[in-house]
Formats: sequence, C-alpha cells, structure tokens
Amino acid sequence: MEQFKSTTHSRRSFLRSSLLAGGGLMISFTWFAETAAGTSNGTDLPEWIEINGYIKITPDNIIKILNPNPEFGQNVMTSLPMIVAEELDADWQKVVIEMGPHDNVKLGPQFTGGSNSVRMYWKPLREAGATARRMLMEAAAQSWNVPVEEVSTKAAMLYHEKSGKSGTYGSFASKASVIPIPKGVKLKEVKDFKVVRNSQKNVEGLKIVSGKPLFGLDYKHEGMLIAMIEHPPAFGMKLKSFDAAETLKMPGIKDVFRQKLYEDGFEQAGFDTRTYNELLVVVGKTTWEVMNARKKLKANWEPAGDSKETVNFRGQKREVLIPGQLESTDAQLDKMQEYANKPAEQLRRDGDPEAAFKNAAQVIERTYNAPFLAHNCMEPMNFFAHVTDEKALLVGPLQAPGWTEPTLAKVLGLPADKIEIQMTRMGGGFGRRAYGHYLVEAALISKKVKAPVKLVYTREDDMTYGIYRPMYTATYRAALDANKNLVAFHVKGGGIPEHAIHANRFPAGAVENYLAEAWQIPSNITIGAFRAPRSNFNAAAEQSFLDELAEAMGKDPIDFRLELLKKAKENPVGKNNEYDADRYAGVLKLVKEKSGWGNTENNKYSRGVAAYFCHNSYAAHVVDMVMRNGRPYVERVFSAMDCGIVVNPDAATNMVEGAIVDGIGNAFYGKLSHKEGAPEQNNFSRYRMIRHSEAPKKIEVHFVQNDIDPTGLGEPPFPPVFGAVANALYKSTNKRYYNQPFLGAPLQPKSKPENKRSF
Amino acid sequence: MIKLNINRKSYELDVDPETPLLWVLRDVIGLVGTKYGCGVAQCGACVVHLQGQAVRSCVTKVSRAVGQEVVTIEGLSENNDHPLQKAWLELDVSQCGYCQAGQIMSAAVLLKGNKNPTDKDIDSAMEGNICRCGTYLRIHKAIHLAAEIQRKNPK
Ligand code: FES
Ligand code: FES
Repeated sequence: MEQFKSTTHSRRSFLRSSLLAGGGLMISFTWFAETAAGTSNGTDLPEWIEINGYIKITPDNIIKILNPNPEFGQNVMTSLPMIVAEELDADWQKVVIEMGPHDNVKLGPQFTGGSNSVRMYWKPLREAGATARRMLMEAAAQSWNVPVEEVSTKAAMLYHEKSGKSGTYGSFASKASVIPIPKGVKLKEVKDFKVVRNSQKNVEGLKIVSGKPLFGLDYKHEGMLIAMIEHPPAFGMKLKSFDAAETLKMPGIKDVFRQKLYEDGFEQAGFDTRTYNELLVVVGKTTWEVMNARKKLKANWEPAGDSKETVNFRGQKREVLIPGQLESTDAQLDKMQEYANKPAEQLRRDGDPEAAFKNAAQVIERTYNAPFLAHNCMEPMNFFAHVTDEKALLVGPLQAPGWTEPTLAKVLGLPADKIEIQMTRMGGGFGRRAYGHYLVEAALISKKVKAPVKLVYTREDDMTYGIYRPMYTATYRAALDANKNLVAFHVKGGGIPEHAIHANRFPAGAVENYLAEAWQIPSNITIGAFRAPRSNFNAAAEQSFLDELAEAMGKDPIDFRLELLKKAKENPVGKNNEYDADRYAGVLKLVKEKSGWGNTENNKYSRGVAAYFCHNSYAAHVVDMVMRNGRPYVERVFSAMDCGIVVNPDAATNMVEGAIVDGIGNAFYGKLSHKEGAPEQNNFSRYRMIRHSEAPKKIEVHFVQNDIDPTGLGEPPFPPVFGAVANALYKSTNKRYYNQPFLGAPLQPKSKPENKRSF
Repeated sequence: MIKLNINRKSYELDVDPETPLLWVLRDVIGLVGTKYGCGVAQCGACVVHLQGQAVRSCVTKVSRAVGQEVVTIEGLSENNDHPLQKAWLELDVSQCGYCQAGQIMSAAVLLKGNKNPTDKDIDSAMEGNICRCGTYLRIHKAIHLAAEIQRKNPK
C-alpha cells in the first residue's frame, strides 16, 4: 500500500483548490468557510461552535477534537488529536476525542494503512490547530481592544499580561467563528512541543479494559438481524445449487438466498477485491441461531472455470484473467520453480551484471520461499448495514471508507451523499480491512431482506475467505572477485499472483553491477495488502542473504551493510535509489550501540541482525535467541527506528514491540496452504499463532532523535524481524533458514530440496 | 426459562440451553465486552469466570452456568479499579484492544490464587490467550504490576 501518497487521492474540485492553495491538506478551512457562511451541515449539536473540521469548542471551554482516521490499534485516535492539541495550545488532559464520521469532503481521505495516518495528517492537523488558536487570539484581542501580538495562550486560556485580562477559549469561541480565516499562521518550533513527543495514554484505554462496546461486532441497532455467508469450499469453485429446506426450519431463521456481488462486467477499483462473486446467505435472529442453521445447508459447488475481470486501478484499466484451476501448494511451488527458470521482466539494471557474474571468482546463490499468510485480525470481518430505497447506513470496522463508498454507490445505485459510513474501532486490520467487499455484502443483504443486518464472519469464514499475503519466492545471487569484494548483485523474484521485488531499494545503489527481475503467476487465490506489503518478504530474503554474504566475505554483518551504505551515499550507482543512506546507516549504528554488538557478555545469545527501509522509515533489529527444550526462543530484541518526530513515544514503542512479536510469530509459524483450492487452515487450531510464552521478555526500542516530519511506524518495524530471526536461527542451529515458516512444516519445493537454482 | 446470575444480577431468559454462554451474553443480554475470536476454545477472547474459574464461554453451554456465578469483564470490579485494570492503564497495554478483556479475565483467575506469580506462572496461565497485535510483553508486565498493587492493598 505504500505507493499511495496522500496527494493521489481524488478530491472534489473545491477541495482540490484548497489543497493547492494551502500546500497540503487544508481541507477543514474550506469547510469552515461554508459553515461560517451559515451552511452548516446540520449534524452537529447546536451548542457546539464549529471552529473547523477537526475542532469544536463549547462556551464552557470543552474542547472536542475529531479523530479523522479509523483506529485499528495503531493509536491514531490519540496521536492525531495530540497534534491538533499541540498547536491549539489546549489542555490535553481535558480534551474530548471522538471518532469522526466518514466524510471525504471534510475530513480528507481517512485511510488507515501504508503507515500513512500521521504522515498524511501531520501538516493539516497542525495548521488546523494553529489557525484555530490564532483566531481565538484575534477574537480576544478585539474584545480587549489590544494588539493580537500581545495575546498569549496556555492550556486553553487566553491572556493579556499587561492588563491582566484573561479568558477561556470557550468564552471567545463564538466570536472567533466569524473571524476571517488567517492565512499562513506560524507553526510551533519543534523544541516547544509540550503534548507531541510526550507519551500520552490511549484515550480509549479505560473503555477497552472495562469491556465497553467499541467494535463493529459490538454494534447494535433496533430490529437488527444477523447474516452469515456460505462461500465455496475452495478457490476455483462456485455455487451450483442449494437446498435450504432444513435450514429454514431451524429456529430464528428468516431467509436463505444466493447473493451476487458485482454484475457481469463490473469495473473493479483497486480495493474492490472479493474472493467469490456469489455467496449463499443465511439470515436470522441471533448469531448462534444462524451459525447452527448454516450447518444444515445442502449446497452443491462446481468448478468456476476461467474468468475475466475488469480492474480499473487509478485510471489504468486492464482485463485480468483469473484461472479456474484448483491450486495446491505443492504444485504451486513446482510452478514457481518452472517460472524461475524462464526469462523475466527486467526492473532495474546497473553496469554489466552478466559480465561481472561471468568473471566472478565466486558466485553465491540462494533461494527463499514464503507462503500465503492470513491476516487473522482478532475481530473477524463484520459490518452492519441498513439500506433502504433512499439511503444507506453502514457501521463497522474498515480501514479505507473513502475507497469503499464509491463502490457502494455503484452497487446500490445510490448517490454518495446518501451513504453514511460510521467507523468503529477495529479489532486489528493489518491491511485486511482496506478491502471493503464485506460492506458491499452486508449492504446487498440488507437491501434484499429490507431490514437492518449485521453480517458476521466466523473465524473459519475469515481465514478461508481471505485477501491473503501473496506467496513469494526470490533467488539472490552475488558475485565476488578474487579479493572477496562484492562486484555484482542479482535478484530475480516471483510470486503468486504478485512478486515482491522493490528494485530501487538497498542494496541497489551500492553495487556497481546490479540486476533486478521479476515474474508472476496468475491465480484465483485472492491477495492484498498485508502489513508492509512486499517488504515483509524482501526483508526476510534479502537480509538473510546479506548475512550469508557477509559471512562468506569474512565481514561483520553490520559493518558490511555500513560499508555498502557508505558507498551508496558517497558514490551512488544508478538512479532512483529510494532510501536515504545516512538514515539507513543511522539505525544500524544505533542498534549496534544499544545492543552491545560485539560485547562478549552477549555471547550466551545467538544474535541476528537485520535492517530495512520501507514506508519512508528505517528500522534495524538485533534479535537474541536461545535454545530451550530443543526449540528456539527469542529472548530479547534491540530495535532502532527512524521515523522522524515521534508523536507519542510510549505508544510508538508499543507498536514496535507488537510488530516484533508479529514478525517472530509469522516467521516461525505463519502459513496458509491450499489443497485442491481449499485452504488447509481454518482456525487457530491449525493456524499457529505466536503465544504468550514465545514473546520476548525484553524488547528495547530506540528512536533516532531528529526534527524530521514524522513518517510511518505501523509497518516499518515488521519486515526486518523476519531477517533478524533467520540470522539468529543460523547462529542457534548452524543451519540457514530459507523457507518460511521457519518452524513447523516450512515451504520447500519437493522436486528441488537443495537451495540452488540457476536462471 | 433459564435463570442466570451474571455480574451479581439475575436474569431469566428464554434461550436454547445448548447455546454457548458467549452468545447469550453478547446477543441476548447485550454484554459485549466478552469477545468472539474463534469459537473453538483456541484464542481466549471469550474468557469469563464461572464460580471463580476461567472458562471459555464460546464452548460453555449456557445450561452449565445455571446456579453458578458468572462474572464478565463488565463485572470484574465496581469502578474499573481491579488491580489488573489499573495496571493495564498504567502500562497502556492495549493496541486494538479486542483481546484484552479475555486477557484480563484469564489473568484475574491467576492472581486470585497466586499473589506473586513468576514469569513461568504467567506464561502458562496466559498461553491460551492470543493477542494478534503482539502486546504479550506489556500484558506480562501488567500482570506483575497488578500483583504488586494487589499485595499493597489486599482486599
Ligand atoms: S472465542 Fe472462545 S476461545 Fe476463542
Ligand atoms: S490488542 Fe489487538 S489482539 Fe490484543
């Protein structure tokens, strides 16, 4: 998802100009102008006085800040309002935070993903806060009849020192609301931050530990029915016929029907991915009744055959052929083997790699494989919908309301402004909830049964009806000269149905002769974004390979990377290198220092290191492993991050800790395999998740301190965990781990057990 | 009619006695703090107390709860001041938060019988609770902290 910069989101025209004029997303100002002119949208309580899209201040000085972005555990509900409160000079402890409704016009794209939330809103939210503060100051200055320069603010109070006058923000809020919007209000110096850069507690912490209804599954609505879907048992199958007689006799059951999602020829946008186009729906009164009644369904399925889909991704329309075969993991691995030997698409070339490999004194070649992964959000997919002929209300957990709304409008035949999407807290997202098909399903079901409906996926539905992380492979080759210098680097990667290669990332730019190539194999298994898409594989493969390379060259793995980065900085090879070599080296140096790299007292651990750059941030980890009862445990992790300014340090640390645990879990166990198209894992009994005792007991997270505008943090710490774990495993077991998952049954092509492949 | 005692309150409900307690709590009574995560006793999101014991309500028939005291996250403390709730807030444990009610309910049973749990005790008591967001480290620390709070203010 990282390719989506905030600037690429489409805008209604009057907002676009606001964007251009303001330099960044000055969306709230446009809306403010309208509100001030008396065209309030009517959804706000009359006692609230609108300052702008993100801030409300009551006459009794209650400051309410809307969080624009969906919350899935990355803590934006706290961090985004912190940014507003900082510039506004509000008293953080007294600020009230609420989740903003979906409104692309007023609140911007509202996309949670791509580690973008803070990055995307940093400037607009600061400007919103600073502008509101300035307007309050002007209102006070006018009332007091003093120059605005003499008015100061602190903790939601206005002061005029000379006259000793003071007043609350609230007392000037009405007056401020008619003051013309000042342009170019000065933002605070980073060094003056009081709220930002200081740890603030999760604003929903208390609600979480006391079991308050927060999540989509908790949502209730008068007269609400429960719906579940029965989907084909295997990718490549479709519904042929069904007999619901027994199901309909079960208590509480209202209806059973087949539901088609998209009409033939429907032009899918990039995030309209759905696994099956036709589902069998059971609607009833309660969750348990529907779950039970489903078991009585008699459905017949048949092979779907090849099909074609029209996908329009950001204006690029293409026909995608979806092969109809029933895929099995073994056969997929063999097929990958076959494709790896064929010519591939060249993504980048520097120097003359072929000649360099031909003349090399030594060539090292390694192949890495990784399986499909299921997101396994703790809260299974679900959504509430109430659709009538005139309008639609949808409530639940999703990451990208702005992308789902146009699809709903098309499918339901309703104008976008008749579709209201309310976002609940999400029980995890990890990319999965960027795909809004389950809203479309819920909406169509509600429309059909003419009632408010909550669509609920069971865990089994969630796991077997997924939008998975693709299956990946890559072969890396390095050419060394007689003095063991790295003279050429080659990566050829592939995937089902997408490859993972980022051709312009490290070590591109650091090696004279470089070649990156890729291929992909079409599939009917649906895939999508999964925490740090593509990077989550690359950082495993490439960072393991660099470790092995360093060993072959007789170099320390950190020093080896630093040498390459030095070269990339001083004498970069080629163009379009995506990373900043200094910042990349910075996290490596920091983790080296903090982990006591090279200290003999750490010899009791098997240590592995890895670093990676993605989503505009830099991460390096040192993993300390021990063997207990014949199996490896990650005992400690040292982590260095560079994501610019850290808005909420303790919450950021929590997120890095979580990413590390997630990385260890997926590296050790994560695997979704298929047999004849059917996922072989359907619940946590078969899909192994990392458990409490397997998490490190110590994770030390260090942030590079700088004043660079914040970049993402949700994803960047995740990918290098895989590499660091693989490298520590090597130290523990004296064996290299090429195939994920590392423990349990790893993915290994039967036909070619040794790690060698030519191209 | 099924008679239940949940969080010190009595209920009389017309439900199929085979229904898992989880769905009675969530769908019928409206206590949604207890979560559905897997339905097959694998994740711990649905843990509640039955006569002081931790049970997985997704696989506990409501009939089993008759004549027993049921406590859910909503009834764990009067004012959200259970040592675990305090410790959870103090260490800001939650990420998405979905698993946390189950985590706290499992930990509460551990703390009742063990005033000073070791790392190992915590590991084994919490092994059945998955946290997809990976907050295990903070959960672990928070249980130690709660034990400390509890030792300081024994009830
Ligand atoms: S929902 Fe009961 S253990 Fe997972
Ligand atoms: S906090 Fe998200 S699953 Fe535990």
